[in-house]
Amino acid sequence: MASLLTAISMALGVSLVVGVLVVHSVVDRSFRRGGEGYDLVVGPKGGKQPLVLNSVYYMGRPVGTLPYSYYEEFVNVDGRFAHQVEVAVPVCMGHRYKDCRVVGTTPDMFERLTYRDQQEYVFAKGENFKDDKPFEAVAGATAAKNANLDVGSTFQALHGDATHEQEFTVVGILEHTGTPNDKALFVNMDGFYLIHDHENREAQQHADHEHTHDAKGKCTHKGCSHGEKKISAMLLCVRPISPGQSRILARQINNGKDAQAVFPSKVIAELFAGMIGNVQLILLIYAVMIVIVAGIGIMVSIYNSMSDRRHEIAVMRALGASRSTVMMVILLESILLSLGGGLLGLFLGHALIGALSPIIIEQTGVAVSMFQFRPNELILIPGLVILATIVGYLPAMVAYRTDVAKSLTTTP
Amino acid sequence: MLNLKEVKKSFTEPDGSDLPILDIEQYHVEAGEQIVMVGRSGCGKTTLLHVIAGISRPDSGRVKVDDWDITLFTEPECDRFRAENIGYVFQTFNLLPGFSALENVLLAMRFTGGRPDKARAKDLLDRVGLSHRMTHKPAMLSVGEQQRVAVARALANKPKLLLADEPTANVDSGHQQQILDLVRKTCEEENVALIVVTHSPEVAEQFDRIDRLEELNQVAVYK
Repeated sequence: MASLLTAISMALGVSLVVGVLVVHSVVDRSFRRGGEGYDLVVGPKGGKQPLVLNSVYYMGRPVGTLPYSYYEEFVNVDGRFAHQVEVAVPVCMGHRYKDCRVVGTTPDMFERLTYRDQQEYVFAKGENFKDDKPFEAVAGATAAKNANLDVGSTFQALHGDATHEQEFTVVGILEHTGTPNDKALFVNMDGFYLIHDHENREAQQHADHEHTHDAKGKCTHKGCSHGEKKISAMLLCVRPISPGQSRILARQINNGKDAQAVFPSKVIAELFAGMIGNVQLILLIYAVMIVIVAGIGIMVSIYNSMSDRRHEIAVMRALGASRSTVMMVILLESILLSLGGGLLGLFLGHALIGALSPIIIEQTGVAVSMFQFRPNELILIPGLVILATIVGYLPAMVAYRTDVAKSLTTTP
Repeated sequence: MLNLKEVKKSFTEPDGSDLPILDIEQYHVEAGEQIVMVGRSGCGKTTLLHVIAGISRPDSGRVKVDDWDITLFTEPECDRFRAENIGYVFQTFNLLPGFSALENVLLAMRFTGGRPDKARAKDLLDRVGLSHRMTHKPAMLSVGEQQRVAVARALANKPKLLLADEPTANVDSGHQQQILDLVRKTCEEENVALIVVTHSPEVAEQFDRIDRLEELNQVAVYK
């Protein structure tokens, strides 16, 4: 019974290790997917990681803003960088609705960018917002569910504590992508500009002169600053003119004083190694410590049983078993208990993952199945055998040193 | 078949002094011979069996079994020799509780290093009248049945010598004779030399050769 309980504790420890390894893999894949589909993120000068966190994962606050005119350098035919860029998609951050970030962008976000291995965005319902419809919006799959939005629903974006009166209408809901886009709402960037422009005008009460606005909503009135549009960042797909074109463009941008360009995959790898990697390591250490404690439990269990089994060991010795044979029997018992518990733990861990897979897919977009094994789980088997050998050594030595004559004359 | 020469054995007392147990000048048993060894409690009968079986090493002297001087063996050699040549029946049967009757017999065969002979194990259990109880664990067997399994186990490896330490002491009187007859008959069939240690006069009087340890043992306290 004691052996069974210690094997179960070993199973729990191993299932925790499996859980940590799979969660790490899920977070890793989920994290890396966020930055797929474009080559560079261009944003204001400042920290690289905050820029990527904000513009890729929609986390934290924007690093700053870039003037709209800088964005035009990438998209206008005569722009400084236009010939090197295939697609440039602006993002404007700083708004939210319920728990979802509201991202101002252009229809190119879903028409010209891809995600995960060049997959194109697909709409589960409705369609993409139009360039000429400033108050249309698209909802990510999870965001639509969490914010209870459907095609035709309207919402008001919140900027700080202030709610804009102008409503956006949802015209499309994306399929699950397994990227941070699932949790965001996307609105036509021009809608943001029009709202801000309108509110600024009311606030400044510019009643003394008439304003006209161009197609992008920029104020054409000379000397007026309220129409100065800004963006938070840009997502760039670089035209493959020559090998290493992304690096060339990044260097050119970084050498200027306006903005910085970062490789999202590189920053994500740094983020993962620096932050999430450490958390995973700590969790893994805890899980391994639980396995070691379970191993010590096995040692205590076998060691405590040795006084009862000394007579049996003496009988085996009297029948001709050598010292090394009885030692191996005890070591084998320790290994069987550890491996048995470990295999049960592997099964439990994967069964748990199988049971939680619908939630994992919904939350992260990463598909996991009960039978999906991580290569580093293979280390569990030799690891458990080594642990069992170490913890079984003490009771095995008790068996080895059993005084046969003395133990035989003792009544069992 | 068995020769003991100038065998001495003593134990160390808690105060560090030596307590002599055995001092046997000469002792001889022929192949296939059946002997009963009698003596009062504590006179060294079990210690003598342990020395003959190689479980305990004598302090001095020679113990030859089938012309092999087991005192010259290393411990693993002695273990292997015991597994192959010496059977042992204990007073308390000492069957391993986690194994069935058949498995207990097969286990003894494993210690010879060869493959267990299942057919022989079944045959032995059949000969001791347990063909219908082979898969039963010791706890499910009567005391008499347990001792019969122990006899089958002791004969599993076709030993040349069977040592039986009070084999009927824990068996009820109804089964004592049955067990004794079984041991003697199977030893005779397999030409195995038998040394039965007992303090029971009823058991002793059935043997042609009765050895009294007090007469063999030169330790003064037993004289």
